[in-house]
Amino acid sequence: MTRARVFDLSAKAVAWAVAISTMVFLILIIGYVVIRGVPSIASVGLEFFTTAPRGIKMQGGVYPMIVSSIYLTVLSLVIAFPIGLGAAIYLAEYAGRGRFVELIRFSADLLSGVPSIVFGLFGLAFFVYFLKMGYSVLAGALTVFLMVLPTLVRTSEQAIKAVPRSYREASLALGASKWQTIRRVVLPSAAPGILTGVILAMGRAFGETAAVLFTAGSVPQTPASPLDGGRTLTVHLFYLATQGQIEDSFRVAAVLLFVVLGFNLTAGWMMARFRRRFG
Amino acid sequence: MASEVKFEKVDFYYGAFKAIDSLQLTILARKVSAFIGPSGCGKSTVLRMVNRTNELVAERTRLEGRVLIADENIYDGVDLFSLRKKVGMVFQRPNPFPKTVYENIAWAPRIHGVKRTDELDEIVEKSLKRAALWDQVKNKLKSSALSLSGGQQQRLCIARSIAVNPEVLLMDEPTSALDPRATARIEDLVEELKADYTIVIVTHSMQQAARISDSTAFFLSEGAGRPGRLIEFGETERVFTNPSSRLTEKYITGRFG
Repeated sequence: MTRARVFDLSAKAVAWAVAISTMVFLILIIGYVVIRGVPSIASVGLEFFTTAPRGIKMQGGVYPMIVSSIYLTVLSLVIAFPIGLGAAIYLAEYAGRGRFVELIRFSADLLSGVPSIVFGLFGLAFFVYFLKMGYSVLAGALTVFLMVLPTLVRTSEQAIKAVPRSYREASLALGASKWQTIRRVVLPSAAPGILTGVILAMGRAFGETAAVLFTAGSVPQTPASPLDGGRTLTVHLFYLATQGQIEDSFRVAAVLLFVVLGFNLTAGWMMARFRRRFG
Repeated sequence: MASEVKFEKVDFYYGAFKAIDSLQLTILARKVSAFIGPSGCGKSTVLRMVNRTNELVAERTRLEGRVLIADENIYDGVDLFSLRKKVGMVFQRPNPFPKTVYENIAWAPRIHGVKRTDELDEIVEKSLKRAALWDQVKNKLKSSALSLSGGQQQRLCIARSIAVNPEVLLMDEPTSALDPRATARIEDLVEELKADYTIVIVTHSMQQAARISDSTAFFLSEGAGRPGRLIEFGETERVFTNPSSRLTEKYITGRFG
């Protein structure tokens, strides 16, 4: 065997081993959470999803946490989506290549790397205290909105830029205005990419802990309005685990895992459906 | 209604670069005019002057002289949207929208104000029939346009252009991405369409120009950085059999380009 061939084979073997171990770790983590969480949920029964926790040890269900998590996620995305999309349209279609625009992009990239607990601290100082929102779903949603916005803008911008130039050309040559072209040709074509960004942002919002703990609080109640505080599943998990209630924690972890998995599968399914129709 | 297109002493600039020098040319209505010439001779630029799409590709374009469609100067206070409705364009690569067959055709009529469904249905059917595509797609109007073959996609793009009743149809090397059979069908279609439209086709294939055009314009630039010039314009048969310029003769006999 030549040297080159030996190198080639060993490189292939290493790459294979690394790939396999990545998969093994993934299966290990998911499997462990499922094994410890799911039978435990089953022993509690459906009540786990439909009732509030009981007593000082928070036994029983997680219904208020599910509501808080969904409330916060949906609210933050409802705020983030129009603003993020608008910014992405501006960056991709209208902004040139000026210094100012590069600064916006740079800030967005920088912002997405800031630790979430820093966002949390900002949210606490600004939304909770300065704007007097108190610990509330709204303060939490606004903080999470700031966190997911940069990523949302950048993924949407990429998706819009990936739309072939020839579509725009065809549209403009048919007498459409720039805005008609964007709204009726570019955005529909970019929709799967934008949607993927949105769903990933939802996953991030749903899984956020530190920033939410500082802003939405940890009161285990079902929030009735955006100004009520709440305790998300992640924050609940945090408290249970710090109190040593590991089995209770794994039940919550299993729920979190399945929801985030659901987000990702939905994203995949939507994209596949879209491609079948238009690809 | 087909219209005549007239270039009167036209100079065209991209920034400081003069791309076209003193162009004088009249394109007749209800005829097929072919633009030929080697790459970089400015034939596509001239084509794109007619619907003013050079301005989309490059910043700082400038035109001196006049370009007239039906005696109206399109570089003097004309509304670009209605100009482009009046001048359809078909591109090198078929570029249907990633929408259904129906939506591709109904698209332009819609943005120009047609709302009623029965009216749109009628336009879609008429345009597809005119583009010789109706029989092949009438049962899949709701399928993606991207599921059609390349040749069908290009005919769909032609149907999309004629759905708003243009007066002029510009074709920028419309068969360069197609196989010979699909090319032949497009060429047949062009022959049929000239009854209703003024057709200008840019082509790299001299055989194609000879097969389908009534008149031929030969453009040439004397080298990189030099402006393109119209060397010869006349009836296709005469241009190909008895060119009046030595340069045309050299080009069509394949000695350069």
